[in-house]
Amino acid sequence: MSDYSALDFSPLVALSADEVVTHSFVRDVPLSHGRVLALVTLDNGRDHTRPNTLGPVTLLEFAATMDALKARAARGEIHGVAVTGKPFILAAGADLSKVSEIPSLETGKLLAQLGHHALGKQSELGVPSFVFINGLALGGGLEIALNADYRTVDASVPAIALPEVSLGLIPGWGGSYLLPNLIGIENALKVIIENPLKNRVLKAADALELGIADVLFASASFLENSIAWAEKVIAGTETVARPNLPGKIERLVKWDAAVGIARRMLENRIGTVAMSPHVALDLLKAAKSGTRQEGFEREDDSLAGLISGDQLQASIYAFNLVQKRAKRPAGAPDKALARPITKVGVIGAGLMASQFALLFVRRLRVPVVITDLDQARVDKGVAYIHDEILALENKKRITSDEANRLRALVTGTTDKAQFADADWVIEAVFEELGVKQDVFAEIEKHIAPDAILATNTSSLSVEQIGAKLAHPERLVGFHFFNPVAIMPLIEVVNTPQTNDVTLSTAMVVAGKLKKNAVITRDTPGFVVNRILAKVLGEAMHAVDTGTPFDVVSEAIAPFGLPMTPFELLELVGLKVGAHVLDTHHAAFPDRFFESENLHKLAEHGKLLERDAKGKIKGYDKAALKIVAGGTTPMTATDLQRRFEDGLADEIKRMLDDDVVHAAEDIDLCMILGAGYPFQMGGVTPYLDRVGASERVFGGTFHTPPIRGVGAVPALAGAAE
Amino acid sequence: MADRAEVVFVDGVRTPFGRAGEKGMYWNTRADDLVVKAMIGLLERNPAVPGERIDEVAIAATTQTGDQGLTLGRTAALLSGLPKSVPGFAIDRMCAGAMTAVTTLGAGIGFGAYDLAIAGGVEHMGRHPMGSGVDPNPRFLSERLVSEDALNMGATAERIHDRFPSYTKERSDRFALRSQQKVAAAYAAEKIQPDLIPVAIRSDAGWGLATRDEAPRPETTLEGLATLKTPFRPFGRVTAGNASGLNDGASACLLASGKAAKELGLTVKMKLVSFAFAGVEPEVMGLGPVPSTEKALRKAGLSITDIGLFELNEAFAVQVISFLDHFGIDDDDPRVNEYGGAIAIGHPLASSGVRLMNQLARQFSEHPEVRYGLTAMCIGLGQGGTVIWENPHFNRKAK
Repeated sequence: MSDYSALDFSPLVALSADEVVTHSFVRDVPLSHGRVLALVTLDNGRDHTRPNTLGPVTLLEFAATMDALKARAARGEIHGVAVTGKPFILAAGADLSKVSEIPSLETGKLLAQLGHHALGKQSELGVPSFVFINGLALGGGLEIALNADYRTVDASVPAIALPEVSLGLIPGWGGSYLLPNLIGIENALKVIIENPLKNRVLKAADALELGIADVLFASASFLENSIAWAEKVIAGTETVARPNLPGKIERLVKWDAAVGIARRMLENRIGTVAMSPHVALDLLKAAKSGTRQEGFEREDDSLAGLISGDQLQASIYAFNLVQKRAKRPAGAPDKALARPITKVGVIGAGLMASQFALLFVRRLRVPVVITDLDQARVDKGVAYIHDEILALENKKRITSDEANRLRALVTGTTDKAQFADADWVIEAVFEELGVKQDVFAEIEKHIAPDAILATNTSSLSVEQIGAKLAHPERLVGFHFFNPVAIMPLIEVVNTPQTNDVTLSTAMVVAGKLKKNAVITRDTPGFVVNRILAKVLGEAMHAVDTGTPFDVVSEAIAPFGLPMTPFELLELVGLKVGAHVLDTHHAAFPDRFFESENLHKLAEHGKLLERDAKGKIKGYDKAALKIVAGGTTPMTATDLQRRFEDGLADEIKRMLDDDVVHAAEDIDLCMILGAGYPFQMGGVTPYLDRVGASERVFGGTFHTPPIRGVGAVPALAGAAE
Repeated sequence: MADRAEVVFVDGVRTPFGRAGEKGMYWNTRADDLVVKAMIGLLERNPAVPGERIDEVAIAATTQTGDQGLTLGRTAALLSGLPKSVPGFAIDRMCAGAMTAVTTLGAGIGFGAYDLAIAGGVEHMGRHPMGSGVDPNPRFLSERLVSEDALNMGATAERIHDRFPSYTKERSDRFALRSQQKVAAAYAAEKIQPDLIPVAIRSDAGWGLATRDEAPRPETTLEGLATLKTPFRPFGRVTAGNASGLNDGASACLLASGKAAKELGLTVKMKLVSFAFAGVEPEVMGLGPVPSTEKALRKAGLSITDIGLFELNEAFAVQVISFLDHFGIDDDDPRVNEYGGAIAIGHPLASSGVRLMNQLARQFSEHPEVRYGLTAMCIGLGQGGTVIWENPHFNRKAK
């Protein structure tokens, strides 16, 4: 059994010279009957934009504070201990800034043990412990609360979560053991496994309902009411009901079954490559029985294994890309150059164009005019947009005033003169160079000479689209991903002619649309489609040469992608997929495959066999017939190598060609635009760690490579 | 025209009062948050009152800018979680802000315009020092409309000493000492605490909780008081010891028509009898409560001898002495400021009126032999305000 107080945590402190320390301040609060509550405030001295985080120095200070309070409690000086945060923040979790520098499995394990050592002291004070969840409580922040005896929550707290598994971690400071034993296994699975995968967090009311918090108080007098409540608990006049506390029957009957269901859900959803959710599941399963100390020790071992593994490092890299680099796009010109947009024109009234119009009017709240070849199409487009606005209103996502405002802003016309005062005109017409060239040349006669023109092309040269323009410097590529309302990425394509005002405007508009924009050069497929075309081209090539669909899927399974190449092809549409392969093959015939079979499949209309609910059952029989006849099948191992090396080669070329400035931007695009997983770090950290980069160009995309210290992850329950 | 409606004081609360300034406990607390916490505390203590039935919220502050601006009654109502249908406004009569909120809304209830109303006040003198941002019209001085002393409250108190040479510094100090002693005794007997709403306070050393007034100095001695400086003039008589200090705090009370109180089953702590405000020479503003009290008594058809309890705001000891002297009451009459006063507790200007009422209401419950009491205070620029209340616990047979 681990005696945490006997451990030497100095190796962690040595890594933490520049830690932003969250201090534990103590003030005594007088209660009635001469009792005293020691109120601990966690505060790093910065404002709410730099949340409290928990690094080694912070945890040691917290531990020392708890030791001192325990001694005071023993002397009868205090009768309860409560912990709360600075305004808006309890704590945003472990300070992960140094995790990439952890030199060994042992040091990683120390980090887990230090958390248990410090936070666990709340249960050994000799007096009741409380956490007043006054604000954001994520990961280790929430685990502070779980280690206490009682919890209150401020009704306005917007985010309470254990998001660890989405980062390649597990709740390793008590959460995996304490939570299911507080709120029941099903609720705990939701919080620890399901929510992180859906990027969901709990609000205060959810935390109360689940039983994470014992009581909820309105924000205006949260701390006063929490103290008054704690006073009653200490006095024994308040009984705390915990209806979700797991009972004997739950442990006997429900526990294993619920974990089993969750495991199947997990395998369906993300497969088995990403380790941390599966490790968390093992911990949750084991939390059914045994002592707190045993639970903590399992967490120590599991966390140590993950910290020293590759996936965590890649995940933190990916997290930082999404949180930081996405917000400060590389190569973006000064925002001050951006033109204000007071009216938007959309050329086209089809589905894509209507989705653009809806997004622009919702986010920019300026007049949006759509146009098409004839009034019937225009009317249909406007009707679609109005229907979508009505749907938002019915779902109470917007008020009726807002719906009226938005409806009044959307108009349709066949008279291009109505585009005269638009500052931003985007086209979403048929993906054919001549058509797009003519559409822009035509609209240019009607619009101001400095109005911005944007094209949503996914495969054509933006520069060529602007070939017939008098002012090509105002044209920019603005490539959305489907579904437009949901996918967070826009590739902003910068042609040699595009000027800074145009580029800046595009970046600012993307931000106002609440999208993340990455600037790319005007090269075929930009980033996401080029990489997907590489993968899909290799996949179809393998099929065309006789490799079974299943072997192809097996070959790419180690990536841990959200779907197989064939599911992806059906999602984007077989026709679109075939077109994308064609255009890339045309651009780079020696490296990208086209597929005659894919055209045939597109004509046939389907590839996968699905049940009535749309669940995949296997492959469509006719599709199997269409692709039959290849004579040189590959093994999964060979094909995996082709995928990996092909990607490493193509991405190296893209970087050498400066399609984007850095590998980080490639990864950001793949995460946001194609749902590539954090555990791969997008794509380049994966290619480095499997040796593809070394094999293909004798180097790595990242120096040093984004890797763990290399130990095999210990699974929960593994004996030490 | 219907008869006047009965106006009752249902309940009143306040925050603990803090010392103004960087070292004071509320330095990091907003003024509007103070009054909002008082209002929430008031509403929580009176769960039988449906929020949507509140017809008006009047909140007073002297310096109505920043966190004391923006039509405080309305913003405080919204921040307190009252329904958006509840209206509100801000009020200012300097030190008598909360008192004027009570009389204004009380008058509205009497007229039948309101059934239930919240009146209160706030002053964060740390964030809004007295006189900050004022721009007195130059005519005040050029046309000698007021003396130069009129805008300096300490100077007005010195002028009372000038006018009444029998009010010595020693007499003022003695009065101040008793105020400190009475507050300490009242705290010890738990007379003050029940009407305080604790306030969470943030400091560089973490969160704490304000549960008691910060200003009282129970260790005060006559000798100590004698050594204090007289900041308003050399060899003067007014010191920090025999005057109220600079403070932060807020108060709020619930008023109702007698009918609404009955309908909702609310306990009545006091009944409004009459009120009056009156003006005096601004340079002796501390004399203001004398004419306002005479007027209020006249309107009530009462004489000073009918008043069994007095809650007088102790802006300055000498100013309270002048009131007592005028009405022939001893400086240490037990009917006066039983729990002590502003000299010890503090005087966050526009919030003090309701503090007087809270204390009178509690004394009423303990003095069923008393039928009438009054709350009175002096007001800057030469005014006084008086509210006469009737004790609902009054019992002729009580001793």
